Amino acid sequence: MLGYLTRRLVQSALILLGVSFITFILLYVLPADPVRQIAGRAATPETVENIRRQLGLDQPFFVQYGRYLWGLVQGDMGRSYLQKTEVTELILSRLPATLLLMLAAITAELLIGLAMGIIAAVWRGRWPDQLLMMASFITVSAPQFVVSLLLLYVFAVQLRWFPIGGYGTFAHLVLPALTLGILGSGWYARMMRSSMIDVLRTDYIRTARAKGLGRARVVLRHALPNAILPVIAMIGIDIGIFMGGIVVVESVFGWPGIGQLAWQAIQRVDIPIIMGVTLVSACAIVLGNLLADLVAPFVDPRIKLR
Amino acid sequence: MTDATGVRATRPRGVLSRLARRKLAVFGAVVIVLIVGAALFAPLIAPFAPDDQMFDGLTLQGAPMPPDAKFLMGTDLLGRDLFSRILYGARTSLVIGVVANGLALLIGTLVGLTAGYFGGWLGAALMRFTDLMMAFPALLLAICLAAIFQPSLWIVALVIALVNWVQTARVIYTETTAIAARDFIAAERTLGAGTGRILFRHILPHLMPTIIVWGTLGISTTVLLEATLSFLGVGVQPPTPSWGNIIFENQTYFQSAPWLVFIPGVAIILLALAFNLVGDALRDELDPTQRGRT
Repeated sequence: MLGYLTRRLVQSALILLGVSFITFILLYVLPADPVRQIAGRAATPETVENIRRQLGLDQPFFVQYGRYLWGLVQGDMGRSYLQKTEVTELILSRLPATLLLMLAAITAELLIGLAMGIIAAVWRGRWPDQLLMMASFITVSAPQFVVSLLLLYVFAVQLRWFPIGGYGTFAHLVLPALTLGILGSGWYARMMRSSMIDVLRTDYIRTARAKGLGRARVVLRHALPNAILPVIAMIGIDIGIFMGGIVVVESVFGWPGIGQLAWQAIQRVDIPIIMGVTLVSACAIVLGNLLADLVAPFVDPRIKLR
Repeated sequence: MTDATGVRATRPRGVLSRLARRKLAVFGAVVIVLIVGAALFAPLIAPFAPDDQMFDGLTLQGAPMPPDAKFLMGTDLLGRDLFSRILYGARTSLVIGVVANGLALLIGTLVGLTAGYFGGWLGAALMRFTDLMMAFPALLLAICLAAIFQPSLWIVALVIALVNWVQTARVIYTETTAIAARDFIAAERTLGAGTGRILFRHILPHLMPTIIVWGTLGISTTVLLEATLSFLGVGVQPPTPSWGNIIFENQTYFQSAPWLVFIPGVAIILLALAFNLVGDALRDELDPTQRGRT
């Protein structure tokens, strides 16, 4: 177990190193010149040259990358080109909002998705099943921005139940979390359904039914605890999916998390911020996958960590 | 069906006829045919040119026109007919869907096939690189890439392909290792078949079902990614209409003219849904291990 964990952690570190390298290459070849952005249009060539030297952008590629890595191991992601703030500081100040959204989104996904999956499994092959599976197909086929705008239009513009965007109160959290909750629910619904169908086929469930227990009680008290485990074990993977998609939702709802930070940085060619957010997201994805792998043997003892 | 000897034919009926019995797959196929038709015949169907900023396409106050008899889906903020733009936008979505996804499928298959058949350091290196790509926040990567290059239709297709090949590579890799270990491949090698012949004549045909399934499902992913990039303004650039950039252009009006956002939105969902439905049914039919599980 300890050996496995060490090996996986080393692997994860190597993957993150690779991600940092590739991102660095991509941003290094970026045709848009960040120095021009910082200096402004009226800057003289000397000023531009000075800024370039100050930022270390006149150095060869590997020197720049080496410096970046050296800073990174010390927890320093460099400074934003435009805001003159430490990137680490910027990301840390934005992270709570993203984590809050993630918590709310995954809760919403689970509530909607598990309910859909259980109902579909119990009425397998009948109309509730067909309806819900169709719904789950639609949720995986809808882009985030369309669902965001739809919810905004109905609940913020027409009904005025929730604010159009922003951050601060519970009401601000509802629509972005619901958007992600609806979109992620189809994925959980399908897993929950097939897991529940497997459990409902087992002998102990038949015994429980034969003893005369009610259907609802058998499904919720006897089958659910076993059926839900493999689904819960996938939350780690879901964290990765979440991190991959926050840019859109956070931008549409004006949610001040790292996704919005990244989007603003991309528009202003603020490379250290783009680098930082990419690395933090990659970290979340890698750790989420690791979490899913570590949980798996507890859910299914046949799985051995190797 | 009985043949001349009176024995029931045991040959399974074709995949297509089995698909035809699945209502959802048929619905998906019909939607695909309709959208492909709309894209092909856009110049014939469209009542107006997609980039014609019409004088009578705006109200006296300069606002977009709601749907009516003349403008079936209303007009956009520049007074262009939305129905015509949606029709031409279908071309963009499908071109990107086919090109980007085809490219992603090609890269994924080649990487998976090479890594799975040769193994060794080459296979290990390729699969570690694939793991690395899995750890990339895909959308963020796509946005960065699209912002780096000056976005055009082909660049957007390329960006999407560079992001989307990973999943295919993993699946093809797993299948190739399994097939390569089977006796008939060893027999072929003993008979003197060359590597190229084994790879493309003996292994690749076995991978076709997987490639078809992932190819179909992948179009859906591609369409969604293109729409998202275009919605953010780093995808297909106006005036070339794309369902994503129609929403991007008109979102400031979405409170007073919601049709400008929701008609293209529904179009995107329908297209992605159609390919998902067909792909899922294909997976059920082509992959025996999946049958009866869902």
